[in-house]
Amino acid sequence: MTDDRIARFETRREELKQMDDEQLKQRFWQLCGQVVDPIVDLARTHTSPSIERSVLLRMGIDSISAHAVVERIYQAGLLGKGAGHVLLKLSRKLNVDLRAAASAVLADQDQLKGLF
Amino acid sequence: MTPQEPLDPHQKLDIEAILENLDQYRPPRKGWTWRKQPEGGIDMGPFHYRDMSEPLKNSLGLPASKYFGGIDPQPSCVVTTEIASGRFEDDIRRMRMAAWHGADHIMVIRTTGQSHIDGLLEGTPEGTGGVPITRKQIRASRKACDQIEAEVGRPINFHSYVSGVAGPEVAVLFAEEGINGAHQDPQYNVLYRNVNMYRSFVDAAEAKKVMAGAGIFQIDGAHNANATAKAGWLVMPELMVQHGINCAFSVAVGMHKDLIGLSTVPPDAPPAPKLWYDLPYAVALRDFFSGFKMRAQQNTRYIEADIEEAVRTHTIDTLISMLTSADIQSTITPDEGRNVPWHYNNIRGVQTVKQTWAALDGIKELLSLNRSGPLGEMVRDIKERAVAFLEEVVETGGYFAAVEKGFFVDSAKYPERNGDGIARDSQGGVAAGSIVARDPDYYAPVCDHFGDNHLPAGLEKACDPIGGCTLCKPEKIVYIDELDAEDNCARRLEKSLPYRKGSLIKPEAEWAGDGTVLVQFMVPQPEEVAAVYGLEMAKKMGLSDPEVVNVMVLHPAEGCFVEVKGKVTFDIDRDSLKIPEKETILPEEDLRAIVKKLGLKVVAGTVGEDEHSVGLREILDIKHGGIEKYGVKYHYLGTSVPIGKLVDAAIETGAQAILISTIISHNDVHRLQMKKLAELCQEKGIREKVVLIAGGTQVNRDMAAETGLDATFGRGTKGIHVVNAMVKALKARGLA
Repeated sequence: MTDDRIARFETRREELKQMDDEQLKQRFWQLCGQVVDPIVDLARTHTSPSIERSVLLRMGIDSISAHAVVERIYQAGLLGKGAGHVLLKLSRKLNVDLRAAASAVLADQDQLKGLF
Repeated sequence: MTPQEPLDPHQKLDIEAILENLDQYRPPRKGWTWRKQPEGGIDMGPFHYRDMSEPLKNSLGLPASKYFGGIDPQPSCVVTTEIASGRFEDDIRRMRMAAWHGADHIMVIRTTGQSHIDGLLEGTPEGTGGVPITRKQIRASRKACDQIEAEVGRPINFHSYVSGVAGPEVAVLFAEEGINGAHQDPQYNVLYRNVNMYRSFVDAAEAKKVMAGAGIFQIDGAHNANATAKAGWLVMPELMVQHGINCAFSVAVGMHKDLIGLSTVPPDAPPAPKLWYDLPYAVALRDFFSGFKMRAQQNTRYIEADIEEAVRTHTIDTLISMLTSADIQSTITPDEGRNVPWHYNNIRGVQTVKQTWAALDGIKELLSLNRSGPLGEMVRDIKERAVAFLEEVVETGGYFAAVEKGFFVDSAKYPERNGDGIARDSQGGVAAGSIVARDPDYYAPVCDHFGDNHLPAGLEKACDPIGGCTLCKPEKIVYIDELDAEDNCARRLEKSLPYRKGSLIKPEAEWAGDGTVLVQFMVPQPEEVAAVYGLEMAKKMGLSDPEVVNVMVLHPAEGCFVEVKGKVTFDIDRDSLKIPEKETILPEEDLRAIVKKLGLKVVAGTVGEDEHSVGLREILDIKHGGIEKYGVKYHYLGTSVPIGKLVDAAIETGAQAILISTIISHNDVHRLQMKKLAELCQEKGIREKVVLIAGGTQVNRDMAAETGLDATFGRGTKGIHVVNAMVKALKARGLA
């Protein structure tokens, strides 16, 4: 296997030798792009508890509440909606501000039922 | 919020005042700041510099700067120092010291294990090997930096880390609080912190987007590969790939190239032939990554306990930066190989860069790299291997597949493999399985959010539906003060109060009142004896917790250089110290004018049975900067002169002063001679007319009062001090 890899490297190397410095640089960046493109797509289409906590922080929720609220939303299977979206929707439903909506989730997880 | 009072260079930072009203603190500016480099170079003292930035308003130059008019030339690059003792309240005093020596990028390392904490920390708990990064801690530090930058006259970039499983939250915290720079590299999490690879990259995209929005400068984590791999100098193709992946990913998620820095370390250290490895790597990197910024770090991989060895390696690291380029030159505290860095070693690190940069100013105008020889071949070789590495990554199925197969941090030179690379399971690691697909109606009503976001139509800003997010309306930020009633800075500050604001003094390496000292000595014994002796000696000196931190063998049998650290167990009250009053010296021009007006004349000689003449001649002669230089006429009577002869000569010549030198101090003969001079002048009735001054190696300034003279001087005295003392005494009597 290793010999095989080294042999392939030697072949690649012969091809790379044909390139001038600028072409080699372009090839480097083209390959980097090829490597990161699917990862960027993954990031664009997914979220995580930390991302959602960071959204709640930006919405003026304190770090401790944000942690607990995101955990509830995750448990309720609603993280894919966006924790901020969930909280905003709840605040409108209860007609309270965002912090009060966060407190409501912490007081009673059932608040999350039937939101969507 | 009241504006900050400017700092007084003669007053310590008031930590308690910094902590006041922190809940209302807002950073006055955000984003990264580069140094200003005047076009056409800069003139300082007798020199013209080609590659220096604007000087500081307040700073401390290198020791030799006194020979060049006290100049303190500042490199064109930003200079970094890393400060993190575990207690931010002590670190901020170190930040001030470092800024005075030229640091404008202050990096705070996080406490051990913070990258595995799933969320933000709050309050000010004590850290280990770093500081727990919290809102209160960074607010206080940033606020202190505001004051320090005003004092030195140059913006300070405050920096920490956006890594681990709470990256996006930490990024938001940093954006809100005006942090200027941060490490962010998802590969670091995966390889060194075993954070699940999907989670790490998904989080990183959000964190980078937030950082970009706040103008936070990013530094990657690739250098960890040559700090970790067994043979750091062989992993260069991989380093290029790691830099490339983070750079490409960062740009793809919205970062500007000029806010992306490559953390690059010359991978080798002497006795290795460093230049043959480090220079081609540095050149290859700058070829491929033009447009990005270079954060040149110094080598840590091969640092041992020997401080001087580290400083020498770091000097050559800095040379490599200068031969290539560096936008930021980072410094490694040279004691990193033996302990958590001490205050003064941060300063030493900064001085290494400052000294090298000044010495080699404009080097590229004098020397150029010869790329037509082996250098060009080696550069090309690294680049080809890096491209081939990437091709194999693609062929293997992409980045995640390559990590699973252990492509990274293998200590062999690509394509060779030692099989010691760090392989991670894509389904494993910390926080595995924690990413969630965004639904078609996913929505986040905040700014600087990355990825699919199905905002309602017609919004100007993403945060309009909530009336503004914290990035637009900082008054919405929730400040939490403390969570732990015991583990907080108020408790620690109570204990250190006597050392900070009271009169008690203890030496300090990291924390106020820590008492830490270092004893350095030679022991004429072999290594195994020398170390044991060192400990025993330190104990007998009364040091607590003694520890041998370095032994350098001078010869297997003849002896060793030994360094032992320990703690001083006693306090000394400042009020119990007799601090000599500072002598104020009149300006030279004023002294000359008064001397001329008075026609100042003196008689001088070495008294008693004493044949020493050198010291007194230096005080007298113009060529040594003696009193003659200021226009004083002198009558020198030679050595072994009886006191009576000097007094008679003074009367005869009408001299206004008698200067005696007395070196021999056996049986206190020097004191007796000094007293005799005063008594004899009294007897002859001229005491009020003449100024009496004595000097000698065993004489000190306190002896004047007890011997009845006007002034007495010891070692290190110059002519100007004597002239000043004469003028002062004559003025006091209304004679000048």
